[in-house]
Amino acid sequence: MERLYESQKIALLYFSVAIVLFGAQLLFGLIAAYQYINPDFLYGVLPFSITRMLHINAMIVWLLMGFIGGIYWLLPSETGMDVVGAKLGKLAWFLLTTAVGIVVLVYIFKQIGHGNFFTIWFITEGREYIEAPRWADIGVVAVMLMIYFNVIATVFRSGRITGLLGVLLIDLLALAGLYIAGMFFTPNITQDQFWWWWVVHLWVEATWEVLVGVLMGWALMHVLGTPRRIIEGWLYLEVLLVFGTGILGLGHHYYWIGTPEYWLGIGGFFSSLEPIPLVAMIVHAVYDAGVHKLQTVNRPALFWIFLQAFGNFFGAGVWGFMHTLPQINLYSHGTQMAASHGHLAFFGAYVATNIVFVYIILQHLRAPEGPILDSRTWKVAYIGMIISMVGMVGALLVAGFAQTFFERAVGGATWQDYITAQMHPWVSVPYLWRFGFGVLFLLSYLVLLYDIATIGKRVPSVEVKPA
Amino acid sequence: MGSGWIEVVVASLLITLVGGTILTRGRSWLEPVFWKRFAIVGSLVMFAFLWILTFDTLRKTAIGKGRIPDPTVINRKIGYQLDADTGRFKPVVLGDEPLFGKTYTREEAMKLLVKGKLTIQSRNCMDCHTLLGNGAYYAPDLTKAWLDPKWEKIMIPMTGAKTKEEAMVRFLMHPDKYATWTRRMPNLHLTEEEAKAVVAYLKWMSAINTNGFPDHFGQSKLVKF
Ligand code: HEC
Ligand code: HEM
Ligand code: HEM
Ligand SMILES: [Fe+2]
Repeated sequence: MERLYESQKIALLYFSVAIVLFGAQLLFGLIAAYQYINPDFLYGVLPFSITRMLHINAMIVWLLMGFIGGIYWLLPSETGMDVVGAKLGKLAWFLLTTAVGIVVLVYIFKQIGHGNFFTIWFITEGREYIEAPRWADIGVVAVMLMIYFNVIATVFRSGRITGLLGVLLIDLLALAGLYIAGMFFTPNITQDQFWWWWVVHLWVEATWEVLVGVLMGWALMHVLGTPRRIIEGWLYLEVLLVFGTGILGLGHHYYWIGTPEYWLGIGGFFSSLEPIPLVAMIVHAVYDAGVHKLQTVNRPALFWIFLQAFGNFFGAGVWGFMHTLPQINLYSHGTQMAASHGHLAFFGAYVATNIVFVYIILQHLRAPEGPILDSRTWKVAYIGMIISMVGMVGALLVAGFAQTFFERAVGGATWQDYITAQMHPWVSVPYLWRFGFGVLFLLSYLVLLYDIATIGKRVPSVEVKPA
Repeated sequence: MGSGWIEVVVASLLITLVGGTILTRGRSWLEPVFWKRFAIVGSLVMFAFLWILTFDTLRKTAIGKGRIPDPTVINRKIGYQLDADTGRFKPVVLGDEPLFGKTYTREEAMKLLVKGKLTIQSRNCMDCHTLLGNGAYYAPDLTKAWLDPKWEKIMIPMTGAKTKEEAMVRFLMHPDKYATWTRRMPNLHLTEEEAKAVVAYLKWMSAINTNGFPDHFGQSKLVKF
């Protein structure tokens, strides 16, 4: 194993936790999907609300941990030096992991509290994605500041701010600042959801999107050898397009929550343009790969880069566009359409990014000087994940259209309309497919784990040191 | 679609374009710095517009300012009607209708609603239901739950309650006992005080002007009681 920077060792810590939490996400997702089919399963023991909350919270945490790992990994190569506070970095990791552990245990064993502020501070805030209790919110912000300090101190010590790092530093600050928008209580549900979307939307459709722009740009430089000048030019263009459309695109969540009517126009207009940067990213990745005639030292990373570009475009761009105009969203809002889109977008844009980094790291650890990182099993995991994700998303798309039509258009969106639509075979049968493809996804994950454990290990020693 | 949105769209794009052009004078569009400056201008302009709109929205969505009715609306009868001007549905206040046989003062009502909101958060209702259309898809949307015809048609007889609000309290305290299909809501151990507060909250929420969501609530061609 090549000597690692301290910064890269911290990256390994983050990725280890991230990969475990990925598994936990899938496990709870499967339980939640099974509860749709058999609502008696764990009824009263581990209700759907809890399994679902664990599913999406595990996702948010593991994706963020992967991003942090990616940042620690690229830091030495971008700054030319090791991280300034190695101990601080490990401490932050330890605190974050411990806090996540405590929160999860409370979710599973305490689950709910009474309607008072004690619950909000110590059990749950009960707001989708950011259910974590207030103490953990504050802890997370403190840890983020530690990480931020570490990154910024390293950059300044090195005296060299590359374009990638400049974008990264500003974006991280915005990302952390937005989290604070989701931390207070108000009885006014309209304003509650107004700020809640600042966190959720301005994360996934603005700051996270730019963050993966940085990570993928760096990855392209290292997997394909694209020149920095081109990468940075594209990155600025992406920042312009992502922030230029995504910030006011926030309005697509302000159609029906009690906010003024002008959001229908503003949100509809800007969010419809949000796919543009995602097209630009595909052009960028495909063009770069073409220029290099697909020659790479890291095949799994390259293929996951493609998946990221296309997955982001289809999941966020196409699936998002499908229901983003107010005239459509009036009926599809809050149906399985959103779940279909959410799965493909998160998988394409963010899961894929993290897996790219896993393979870049593995190459560095196991085959730093070639020949190339490759195996048969990564292809199985890759194709398996694509098929099962497309299967789940396709199933939910059918369910979503049918739900929109029966419950919202023909029906009157009431309790009984909901039940009737849910029992329609076009809605209920896709839930079976979703579960089936979910099992396939879990199996693909296991293959991925196996590949992570083995890829690059059996390279004949003659090939490791080419002349 | 109401006024104002086109002006915002045009102004934000125009300022970005003009500002970016001025700051990149003499630079070729093939240079990274050209896009860097445009990116900075574009992001700042859009964020500035978001802030302005945020202040305006917060003002217009303050409690009692029209779109979000005053807490005392829980003492009134609420309806949901097609608004001829916009072509979309809108809540209307139709006269007095005390809740649990009581007329609440503003302070009492506010206290009740705070309790209701805290209860909703403490039980994670949003990870099964949607509220104002946001949340999870395992259970019905609760935006207009107060206006749901099923309370009168099925739940009052089933729970043996005298009024709609009483039936709602009984259901919320024992959803396992009064289940109406195989996908049951679990008993979340709401106290009677909490359940009443939630009912008040649902009534208040049904009176929020949501620009017409859900469309034609309660007028179903799918379900006939
Ligand atoms: C574990 C999932 C779950 C959680 C958590 C949950 N519910 Fe439900 N809820 C359901 C299901 C499923 C139904 C449909 C039950 C039936 O028809 O028998 C339902 C029905 C309802 C109804 C009647 C439906 C309607 O449209 O009027 C109301 C009101 C309601 N729940 C309120 C709440 C409130 C308030 C909370 C939080 C305190 C909550 N629920 C938490 C699953 C849940
Ligand atoms: C990677 C980027 C994206 C991710 C990860 C993502 C994810 C999600 C998720 C998880 C939801 C459901 C939120 C909830 O739980 O209530 C959602 C909703 C939504 N998304 Fe995206 N999204 C992305 C990009 C986009 C884009 C680019 C568009 C538009 C072109 C879009 C349009 C929408 C709309 C309109 C909704 C609201 C659905 C509703 O009304 O119920 N999304 N998104
Ligand atoms: C084993 C595979 C998986 C299964 C069976 C599964 C199942 C589910 C279920 C049942 C829900 C609840 C939806 C609802 O409220 O009705 C859900 C929500 C969600 N899942 Fe998954 N999931 C899986 C994998 C993933 C992956 C890989 C991701 C992305 C990284 C993901 C992201 C999400 C998101 C963002 C939501 C919230 C959606 C929304 O609110 O619109 N899931 N999932
Ligand atoms: Fe969004």
